[in-house]
Amino acid sequence: MKAKTLFDKIWDAHVVKEVEGGPSVLYIDQHLIHEVTSPVAFLGLESRGLKVLRPEKTVATPDHNVPTINQHLSIKDELSRHQVEMLKRNCEKHGIVHHGLGSDGHGVVHIIGPEMGLTKPGMTIVCGDSHTSTHGAFGAIAFGIGTSEVEMVLASQCIMQPKPKKMLISVNGKLNKGVTAKDIALYVIAQISTSGGTGHFVEFAGSAIESLSMEGRMTLCNMSIECGARGGMIAPDQTTFDYVKGRQFAPKGEEWDNALAYWKTLKSDADAVFDTLYEFDAANIEPMITFGTNPGMGIGISQYVPNSDKLTGNDKLTYEKSLKYMGYDQGDKMVGKQIDYVFVGSCTNGRIEDFRAFAAFVNGKKKAANVTAWIVPGSRAVEKQIIAEGLVEILNEAGFELRQPGCSACLAMNDDKIPEGKYSVSTSNRNFEGRQGPGARTLLASPLTAAAAAVTGRITDPREFL
Amino acid sequence: MSYDKFTTLTSPAVPLPIENIDTDQIIPARFLKAVERKGFGDNLFRDWRYDKNNQPIADFPLNKAKYSGKILVGGKNFGSGSSREHAAWAIYDYGFRVVVSSFFADIFQGNALNNGILPVVVSPEFLEKIFTAIEADNNSQFEVDLQNQKFTICATGESADFTINPYKKHCLTHGLDDIDYLVNMKEEIAAFEAK
Repeated sequence: MKAKTLFDKIWDAHVVKEVEGGPSVLYIDQHLIHEVTSPVAFLGLESRGLKVLRPEKTVATPDHNVPTINQHLSIKDELSRHQVEMLKRNCEKHGIVHHGLGSDGHGVVHIIGPEMGLTKPGMTIVCGDSHTSTHGAFGAIAFGIGTSEVEMVLASQCIMQPKPKKMLISVNGKLNKGVTAKDIALYVIAQISTSGGTGHFVEFAGSAIESLSMEGRMTLCNMSIECGARGGMIAPDQTTFDYVKGRQFAPKGEEWDNALAYWKTLKSDADAVFDTLYEFDAANIEPMITFGTNPGMGIGISQYVPNSDKLTGNDKLTYEKSLKYMGYDQGDKMVGKQIDYVFVGSCTNGRIEDFRAFAAFVNGKKKAANVTAWIVPGSRAVEKQIIAEGLVEILNEAGFELRQPGCSACLAMNDDKIPEGKYSVSTSNRNFEGRQGPGARTLLASPLTAAAAAVTGRITDPREFL
Repeated sequence: MSYDKFTTLTSPAVPLPIENIDTDQIIPARFLKAVERKGFGDNLFRDWRYDKNNQPIADFPLNKAKYSGKILVGGKNFGSGSSREHAAWAIYDYGFRVVVSSFFADIFQGNALNNGILPVVVSPEFLEKIFTAIEADNNSQFEVDLQNQKFTICATGESADFTINPYKKHCLTHGLDDIDYLVNMKEEIAAFEAK
């Protein structure tokens, strides 16, 4: 039998039909929806007189628009409130489980799926959100889709997709002190660029990847879209099985044994062929920070803003436009630059491990006076765990307040917006112009680097404190 | 969603020689709160088109009267970032039917095709030729021939072939979409589920 990659094994098991000269019809095991990219899909469905084919395979939660304080009050912004209410109404009408604002199951869609055990190895998972790639951490094929495709999945539980090419990114060796999954992600994107993965589905492998917790793996796969890839995935192993076991929607008893036997087969065959290969040495990765306006514009925190000498034409113009937006010059040292905001949260770094790392760092220290910090759990479950583990006292003692779950300052759709011209060290995923608010300047980093910035008020190498 | 059938198009083009144009620039997140698919064209490239007082920024190409047409020409890696289909809706609603670049982000490319917009990939060298032709004459015409998969700079007669999935070409030519196809597969889907 032909050797297969992890991706091939799951893809092939889900092809309902190959369309002649066209894409594959792929069956979707789990569909996740949120309030922003679903309303037009429901409208489309209704205008065609169609029903949701398998409502039990879709789960909904509002996350992009929600405020992160006073969630018991009505949402102030009328359009946001309408969109959130529309999601609830559409779910009620079509029999879809909806984890509303304030409910125990509420949270960022990519945080609650794994938490509940909805995300499992071997599945196909889609959502109208590019960061659906997060779920690939479990050895699933998970990718973001557009609203037309949301409508397709609602109508048919299938999607039409051309089969992407396959890329293997290996990171081997031991991670340096202070280097997290976020730094691996930013390092890889800086190496292969924001379009290096386009047309591909990535498998991450190697000893540095295997050493990551599930939270870390989710952070890495989450960011795989930022190198242009359709998604990223990691072969499931004991770390994965231990995480899934016992969760609400995890298989139980004999079903667990059967599932586990199958999951153990989900790895790339030794002689499987990838279209593109990259290999990196973990020893070369230091804590990363971005200096420009796309996630590929990242450097080791001890480095200087690169100059544009080697660039020509539109490359050079685009690079210089980006630095101008950021208010930085070529050759600037990143460490020591003053910052204004710190955001810890999002589907990238809004899980318990991220808040543990942040709290451990700020324990016994004080928030810098010039910094406004938004500490936003990814879900109600994360919020509860932060409280249960006593992290909230540490945060409060250091001058930080814990907010309520939502996408928050990752994208400027809710009240948490970074003001024009201000610098934000953010654990989120995108530093595009205006991403965190019109004119906002985003510096992507790990929770550790965010913590170092929060207590010093400047870009600071977290290793100085470790 | 229904859209106009696409066959051939001859039009001037609007140049946007910037690379990595992400979907947050095409349509910023704060304009994604609508629950219907209309009016997004007004906010296409909002923060590049208008200043904070909502005044048009004079040197942004969409604000220059000398540029017009149904073809948008962008730098490489067009449409990166968020999966928001609103980006494709905004481009269509504004009046563009073709986007040309040397490289498109995957999700945007799919969203464009699902909304009657033809993404045309040309070589970096040919892309430069298109920008040069527009600079030489703002009304320079370009022909997009979907049937023959050919993009022509009318002034010089130079042309480039482009690729498109045959199924997607069929859909675009006939104004059909994937949902029409999938809902006719009910039995095959049920059979797959029963396996």
